Amino acid sequence: MRLPYRSKLAAASVLAVLAAGAVLADPSPDAELVVNEDIELVTRVAPGPAVEGVLTEVYSGWLYRETETRAMQMDDFDNPAMVFADQGLDMWDTVDGTEGKSCASCHEGIESMKGVRTSMPKMNGAATDLWSMENFINDCRTNRMGAEAWKWNSNDMKNMTSAISLQSRGEPMKVSVEGAAADWWERGKEIYYTRYGQLELACANCHEVNAGNMIRADHLSQGQINGFPTYRLKDAGVVSIHQRFVGCVRDTRAETFAAGSEEFRALELYVASRGEGLSIEGVSVRP
Amino acid sequence: MKSHVAHWAMAPALAAALAAALAALPAAAETAPGGVAFDGGAVAASLTGAPGDATAGATVMTTNALGNCVACHELAAMPEVQFQGNIGPALDGAADRWTEAELRGLVVNAKLTFEGTMMPAFYKTDGFIRPGDGYTGKAPTAELPPVLTAQQVEDVVAYLLTLKE
Repeated sequence: MRLPYRSKLAAASVLAVLAAGAVLADPSPDAELVVNEDIELVTRVAPGPAVEGVLTEVYSGWLYRETETRAMQMDDFDNPAMVFADQGLDMWDTVDGTEGKSCASCHEGIESMKGVRTSMPKMNGAATDLWSMENFINDCRTNRMGAEAWKWNSNDMKNMTSAISLQSRGEPMKVSVEGAAADWWERGKEIYYTRYGQLELACANCHEVNAGNMIRADHLSQGQINGFPTYRLKDAGVVSIHQRFVGCVRDTRAETFAAGSEEFRALELYVASRGEGLSIEGVSVRP
Repeated sequence: MKSHVAHWAMAPALAAALAAALAALPAAAETAPGGVAFDGGAVAASLTGAPGDATAGATVMTTNALGNCVACHELAAMPEVQFQGNIGPALDGAADRWTEAELRGLVVNAKLTFEGTMMPAFYKTDGFIRPGDGYTGKAPTAELPPVLTAQQVEDVVAYLLTLKE
């Protein structure tokens, strides 16, 4: 078959695009996440109850990233988020507020926080509200320490959530969606499937139906939150779960919900339930 | 009443000249987003009353802040455009598969052709849930503009019509 040169070029580029698509359609099939050649993290699990029959397998966002980005998370000396987790660790022992207390005054070593991140968000002690880790931290600060509440996306807050999340690294995600949390979960699910903004996009459009596909240069993941807080290379800083939610909803040309809002706490619970069984990676590295 | 009669009674030559002058003014015939006439998912009439410019359309299609069609669609006809997405079908040969009216309808509001499609409506200004002021994340302070202007829609349609295999 004889083709004019331009047609051949076009055909070749179609093949190149198709080949690239075939490679990129699935998350890296063989990659294994082992941090510091020691901590083995689970990045693929069978779907939990929230996504049974919806997803064939649950994948950490780590699997969708380029080799170099994945490698940064495999060594704590290369992981840029570690500096911020260390600052949070310093803060853990720092006295603040009118009561003369630090976190350590009540909780002793930060290792006592092991497992905490896996169950977030959860109902508060009085079972009157669904709280993210940020709410629990501020409850301690204002009610026990007599200190000022931190803003949701402040550096202090993100340093502390990073340090606390790190204590659960390798532990499986497992939020409770029973009892009073059930209504919050339903609300979060409704938000997940609502097509917001002038572009009329739901979370599900990109992260359920098109996970593995490309939007321009972005390789769409399942939007799992087991890696948060995450060091986002694009932002050159640590990003909270709600901060990422704000960014996604904004990109649909919508009026976003606020970080810390009921809507985003409900969404956090629902999305966390979709990732049941994945290892907590916080603090992870993403592009 | 009398003055109306007088207007309609103007010289035929003058009336013809007036009609010709109006036809040469596409802006006067521009269709607002709420006034687009659909036949199924198709829109027969140009939104501007005139054909678009395919070269300008190619720019709209590849510019992030405009149509950014290549964010979701592959287009082998533009091998120089990097990072083409693969959410929707490839656009090559679109003019072989769709008529001009169908292509216009797909750009204006593809949901009337494919129910539930992920593709945004590029010439629609109402019916949204929590629409924002562009990409600011804030509530709009004025009436929403469509994502693309009538002229930009027509330019995209003109480009798509060149995609024959």
